[in-house]
Amino acid sequence: MGTLAEEIFSAKLGREVHAGEFVLSDIDVVMSHDSTSPLAIKAFEQIGTRVFNADKIVIPFDHVVPPANINAAAIQKTTREFVKSQNIRHFYSEGVCHQLLIDKGFASPGKIIIGGDSHTCTHGALGAFATGMGSTDIGVAYATGKSWFMVPETHMFRVEGHLPSGVYAKDLILDIIGKTKANGATYRSCEFAGSTISNMTVSERVTLCNMAIEMGGKTGLVQPDDKTRKFVGDRDYRAIAAKDPEYEKERTFSAADLDPKVACPSRVDNVKSVADVAGTPLDEVFIGSCTNGRTDDLEIVARIFKGKKVNRFTRTIIVPASRTVYEEALQKGFINTFLSAGAVVCNPGCGPCTGRHQGVLADGETALTTMNRNFTGRMGSPKSEIFIASPATAAASAIRGSIADPRE
Amino acid sequence: MGKAWVFGDDVNTDLITPSRFNLTTDEKELAQACFCEARPGFSVMVKPGDFLVAGENFGCGSSREHAPVAIKACGIKAVIAQSFARIFLRNAINIGLPVLVCDGAGKIHEGDELDADLQKGTIKNITKDEDYKAQPLPGFILRIVQAGGIIPYLKRHSIDELND
Repeated sequence: MGTLAEEIFSAKLGREVHAGEFVLSDIDVVMSHDSTSPLAIKAFEQIGTRVFNADKIVIPFDHVVPPANINAAAIQKTTREFVKSQNIRHFYSEGVCHQLLIDKGFASPGKIIIGGDSHTCTHGALGAFATGMGSTDIGVAYATGKSWFMVPETHMFRVEGHLPSGVYAKDLILDIIGKTKANGATYRSCEFAGSTISNMTVSERVTLCNMAIEMGGKTGLVQPDDKTRKFVGDRDYRAIAAKDPEYEKERTFSAADLDPKVACPSRVDNVKSVADVAGTPLDEVFIGSCTNGRTDDLEIVARIFKGKKVNRFTRTIIVPASRTVYEEALQKGFINTFLSAGAVVCNPGCGPCTGRHQGVLADGETALTTMNRNFTGRMGSPKSEIFIASPATAAASAIRGSIADPRE
Repeated sequence: MGKAWVFGDDVNTDLITPSRFNLTTDEKELAQACFCEARPGFSVMVKPGDFLVAGENFGCGSSREHAPVAIKACGIKAVIAQSFARIFLRNAINIGLPVLVCDGAGKIHEGDELDADLQKGTIKNITKDEDYKAQPLPGFILRIVQAGGIIPYLKRHSIDELND
């Protein structure tokens, strides 16, 4: 009995648990990527020789793929050797870790998922209790299949009404973070509910939950419903629901009041209306990431790019979040549209999101992206600036060469 | 006894260790990366036994463990902050970097000489002749910290003993 987080832990542990309790739980999926696997392997090797269950470990390379320099290639080689020696089947180099967990059915209702990546909270969109952890926790989980948790309190974010034309899930979550602030939901399970959420596709819910960490959240969660069931299939669906939940805090939002938003340099909660910063010249636009790199995101961009060209001084980099997304975009003609518009299309992965390759920023450069974080120096030079927005805003801005309202 | 290095609110992990340093697991390299853009030369200036003091939401952002590893590798004895971001707090505990949640952190100034008793959770500001109390770490978390981190703990105990 309780919130979604309490229900998920109670079902997993076979006894009723409540927020505030410390529990030791089995883990259903343990994930780490090319940046976080090395330290996890180092930790694992100090306490174990065989992983607890090779089929419950998922290792996608995504942050620097293909490797952009000798160091990246070397650590990937070491991790590959670990994958081989431990017979880990779920090893990929075909997209962002979180997109692969979704595409390949690892994320589903009721599962406990931990990942060596702060955006693991993404999978709450599919009703899993999913949270990011450091490499040592992942290494311990490789060895034991377990982790300790404090069952979190829940903040309810209730959203009612219809999003206006030109306004998307990304604008909603930016608005929420701007009002809740970077530490407004620290240690909390962030549940999203209300008519707006019920009407959203699974992909839009993914965008919301992906950014729960940017308010300090332990996880994001959306109660599984028919859309979730259709997405994951009957076999993996669980009807998890909150029962007489007690929320530590409830916030309500009206979707109809929204306009396109942008997170301004250099904090995710520094949120303004696009109108307030329209006209800011851009050196780079990046469209992709675990937040907004899916087929529906690319469809919006293709619609805006059709018959147009991106500004010749704004390098526009599009990175489909996974091979599956890339294939769908190819079939639907989106990639042709992107190329005709003068954009660069990269292989699936994190792209320039962490400043390692495929669109690094120099001193004095400004970028607008569809990713989830804009801290100083994230994409390269500490003297560069990053704005975060929806794919529609990014596409409109790429054409204009400066920040532009997609509704115009 | 050590010197206080004071930072503000919302110090994020991209600031502590820029992402290009995620390619190394070497502690010496990570020490050099520590605050290398925010405070160039930080790792050279810090002396073993010094303290890092911060405001709210210290360590927010990425889950990269390189951040607390870099801080510990610089010789910082403990991080004292008004509040911590969740993943950073957990990572620090797991790698044996002591963390103290303390309202009084705001009263500490750059360069103050501090002493801290990690068992009791008390901090003494020798320069200002003030004492502050930190929040005690709960339950088995204290056992992990006392062991020097979760790996040293698990070398001597089964993970299931955390339930005891």
